[in-house]
Amino acid sequence: MPAFTTHNSSPAQRVKDLRTRSHRRPRRAIAVLAVAVLAVFLMRVLLGSYTVTFPDFLTILQGGTVEGARGARFIVMEDKLPRAVLGLLVGMAFGASGAIFQLLLRNPLASPDVIGISTGASLGAVLGIVYWGATGFSLSIFAVVFSLLIAVGIMALSSGRGNVGHRFILMGIGVSALAGSIINYLISRMNLNSASSAALWMTGSLSSANWDRISILLLVLAVIVPFVVVLHSRLHAIAVGEELAHSLGLNVAITRWIFIVLGVLLAAVATAATGPIAFVAFVSGPIARRLIGGAHSLTASALVGAFIVLLADFIASNYIASGSMPVGVLTGVFGAPILIWLLVRAQKEAG
Amino acid sequence: MLTLLLLFGLAVVASVLIGTRTIGVGVFADFLLKRPVPDMEAAIIDQRLVRTLWAATIGAALALAGAGMQGVTRNPLGDPGILGVNSGAAFAVVFGIAFLGMESPASFAILAFVGAAVTSVLVYALASIGRDGATPVKLALMGAAISAGLGSFTSAFILQFSDALDSLRMWQLGTVAGASMENFFPGIFMLIAGALILVFSSKTINNFALGDDMAASLGENVALKRFIIFIGITLLCGTATSMTGPIAFLGLMAPHALRALVGPDYRLIIPLSAVFGAVLLMVADTVGRVIMPPEEVQVGVTMVLVGVPVFLYLVRFQKAVDL
Repeated sequence: MPAFTTHNSSPAQRVKDLRTRSHRRPRRAIAVLAVAVLAVFLMRVLLGSYTVTFPDFLTILQGGTVEGARGARFIVMEDKLPRAVLGLLVGMAFGASGAIFQLLLRNPLASPDVIGISTGASLGAVLGIVYWGATGFSLSIFAVVFSLLIAVGIMALSSGRGNVGHRFILMGIGVSALAGSIINYLISRMNLNSASSAALWMTGSLSSANWDRISILLLVLAVIVPFVVVLHSRLHAIAVGEELAHSLGLNVAITRWIFIVLGVLLAAVATAATGPIAFVAFVSGPIARRLIGGAHSLTASALVGAFIVLLADFIASNYIASGSMPVGVLTGVFGAPILIWLLVRAQKEAG
Repeated sequence: MLTLLLLFGLAVVASVLIGTRTIGVGVFADFLLKRPVPDMEAAIIDQRLVRTLWAATIGAALALAGAGMQGVTRNPLGDPGILGVNSGAAFAVVFGIAFLGMESPASFAILAFVGAAVTSVLVYALASIGRDGATPVKLALMGAAISAGLGSFTSAFILQFSDALDSLRMWQLGTVAGASMENFFPGIFMLIAGALILVFSSKTINNFALGDDMAASLGENVALKRFIIFIGITLLCGTATSMTGPIAFLGLMAPHALRALVGPDYRLIIPLSAVFGAVLLMVADTVGRVIMPPEEVQVGVTMVLVGVPVFLYLVRFQKAVDL
């Protein structure tokens, strides 16, 4: 319909126009985001202090070796590619998990970092390091088990009548403070080496990426993601309003529990693989929302999460002098100004 | 009200008597009545009195700051930490250790105060951009963003400089064990100033609770008043953090608990929060001395161990009180 007739069109037509327009922008933004994630993924694999050309990369992927650079295969297949794949997966998991909680509890502060899920994982890991000398895979098990225990604890404590979402956040913050303080106490009492490795783990790092870890993560995600994809429209319905969701015939309580479990699992498996990469779950939702013009989208949040992690890891491993800076440092250092910039811009537009 | 004062008295007595070496009630009574007391006991009582004074003061300051924060941001989850105070202080301490070669607790205190103050001013300034000024949501988001960013820098430093990690991990527990009268004095004036600001603003905070528009129509200069209260909050929690290291959760919990007990009137919540905060911190400190003998557990840790169950109980069983 031509624009100049919009003024005298029927209200129904105007609503329809508005709706198509508001649908168009997210789709385009998500496509652009997906391309950006692909670009930064390739950049992480191909460029940097060790450069691989695209044809060589394809050769290596197909199992061949590159003439004159026999080490290239090892560097790509055992370091750069696994790091990039792991970064992509955990970035998406953190981004989606943060968006689920923020949407479900209708509070921008309700990301897994704030409501105790990540802290629970960290407590598990630190206990594992201190008392059982856990490393690698066993460390991940500790992290998953503890964050699930904490999440179940918060769920049990906050269930019942009244405003469950509100209570969930409050309980989460309380439990998070408790876990955080136990972590600080344990760290103050361990020897300095263990304290360093605990601090490194809690910052979030891709340095332990390998194919075993990726396959475990992929297996778990393969179970979780279909649920999220199938059910996500219900999440949006609840976010719009519980009464509306009721009138659409949704069982609000059950849907909410399902999504809390899904969000916890996403955050927990990602945390188990890399440590809680600072800030990704927290900023992906708001940034994605800003980019796609105010609408909520789990897909966009997941893509923003992946973009942040991949870019941060690229910079951390290539442009920081010591070369050992964990990705979690960079996500915070970059994520914060981006979020601040978005907030300030939104404020200026409003003002 | 009376119960609270009674609790306060009990907490003071317990804090003086209980510890690695227990003091008898009779000995304490002799001490108070200026009757002769063995030197050893007298020295312990002296030290514990100073320590109790610190715990009560810091507890009151943090609870007041929390109450002000929750009132001004209309957010029951408001906590001085939202202004980035703790992350700013930790960042400044680590920065000072890593790059300025500082290592004494006194220099940590200065660093912590500067870090806390600069961070909260930065949060407030950035949140103020735009016509409607520093609204609650903008403050909360901006504070969280800046806190997280600073936290990343702190991690970067402690991963590169292991002596910074070593100092930070002790400092960040928060303790009143090193209390002394000399170190009490510069801080107490700033705390009193901050406390006065908040007490005299409690009526304004009540108006804020109705929303910015309503407050303005009741004759409040919203932007100015909010800024003044913010200065008070920064003085309180910045100074408290510089004196003891970060003590989490008290600022969040004390006003929340009070709101469940006395209702939403800030003219009651603010002064009573101070008393309740003092009680909580004294109890937490006393518990820390005996919970894991022969060692002392820092009050920042026991505060959370004591506080969280109370908080969970309130959230679970009290009627949800919104602002």
